[in-house]
Amino acid sequence: MSKYAFFLGCIMPLRYPGIESASREVFKSLGVELVDMQGASCCPAPGVMRSFDQTYWMAVAARNLAIAEKMGVDGVLTICNGCFDTLFEVAHKLNHDPDLRKKINKILKDATGMEYNGTVHVRHFVELLYRDIGVEAIRARAKSGKNLKAAVHYGCHFLKPSNIKKIDDAERPHVFDDIVEAAGMTSVMYKDKGMCCGAGGGVRARTPDVALKMTAENLKNMTAAGVDIIVDCCPFCHLQYDVGQVQLKEYKIPVLHLSQLLGLAFGLEREKLGLEVHQTKVNLPT
Amino acid sequence: MVEVKEPNPEFTRKVIDAGGKTVNLCFQCGTCTGSCPSGRQTAFRVRKVVRRAQLGFEEDVLPSEDLWLCTTCYTCYERCPRGVEIVDIIMALRNMAVRKGYMAESHRKVAELISKTGHLVSLRDEDKALRKKLGLQDVPPTVFSSAQSLEEVKKIAALCGFDKLVATGGKS
Repeated sequence: MSKYAFFLGCIMPLRYPGIESASREVFKSLGVELVDMQGASCCPAPGVMRSFDQTYWMAVAARNLAIAEKMGVDGVLTICNGCFDTLFEVAHKLNHDPDLRKKINKILKDATGMEYNGTVHVRHFVELLYRDIGVEAIRARAKSGKNLKAAVHYGCHFLKPSNIKKIDDAERPHVFDDIVEAAGMTSVMYKDKGMCCGAGGGVRARTPDVALKMTAENLKNMTAAGVDIIVDCCPFCHLQYDVGQVQLKEYKIPVLHLSQLLGLAFGLEREKLGLEVHQTKVNLPT
Repeated sequence: MVEVKEPNPEFTRKVIDAGGKTVNLCFQCGTCTGSCPSGRQTAFRVRKVVRRAQLGFEEDVLPSEDLWLCTTCYTCYERCPRGVEIVDIIMALRNMAVRKGYMAESHRKVAELISKTGHLVSLRDEDKALRKKLGLQDVPPTVFSSAQSLEEVKKIAALCGFDKLVATGGKS
């Protein structure tokens, strides 16, 4: 049984806790033990915090990495593209640049007494499902999924920058689609699949109208492909599609995080998935 | 008369030192702008941001709204035929811009929340109730559950001058 430090981040535990409970149940049922990271903070988010001060961004991320490092686990598991991006990228920088690690560790030690020693394996949950659990194991477990047409939204920071993440082809990826199909869905191709949801980089906070225009373009393309659901792997993309559709008024496509979709496909109690807090109602075709 | 501005290599050097080390590799082909989902919706042209950084046109690039229309989607970064790490250049420029006081109030508030609470989203009573209903610990086992952890995160902000940057809006 593998064992991972479970990194919660902010949007999942505080706005979509159903994604958290679904993730806990799904990984438990797949034999992955998730251990809470006591005292972890925001990753911090790559949009605003990296834009403001990269030293602060790295130092806070290094504290989260140091907490995971002390836990004696196989790595840290993230359920969000933003958390994955920050923790993966900061770990990569600190593991490969000894001078930078020394500089960040000085801040970290002064503030916390801890140091980051460069040994944490940062995992994205989709990547862990694909590589460690495998598509066939998911197919064998997914008995309750109804076949729906799914618009799979990878988001940006799961695969990119691909020169350091090295998970899948950034232009023509398949790992996420393969898992969604193993859960009994049909992953539908749509125009400009792979485009950003619009929310990242601080754009949603600063110019929400611009963010929403990108969301609308994606929704138009998904609708043209006749999809039943949107499946995301990031609570921030999830928020943008869920709330964005209410703001735009003309779309009503249910939005599911992959953990929630797997929860349904694995036949977990629906009450554990927190679908009722979604602003775009999750009325699934029967 | 056409006014010709002189390049300012000193500013370009600052961009390179702040993380934009590939800025001079750009040959202005425009693959970035052609790939940009934000540029489809607005007049933001990422190629121009890189050009201004290359030429050291500090006064054009740092106050510009364009700098903040990038969603950091990395499409340009992936497709650049010269391997220019465009997102890293934008991050270096943004770090400099906020220190000149070019900071949106909406962003300042987000940064203030994390600086003070360790999270960028608040914990409301309704969130606690929903967490409990789902069988989760009502207060997440994060900085929200540990005063000592919060102190540590605040101390990092103080050591980096992040708390001051956020409190003053970069205008000190």
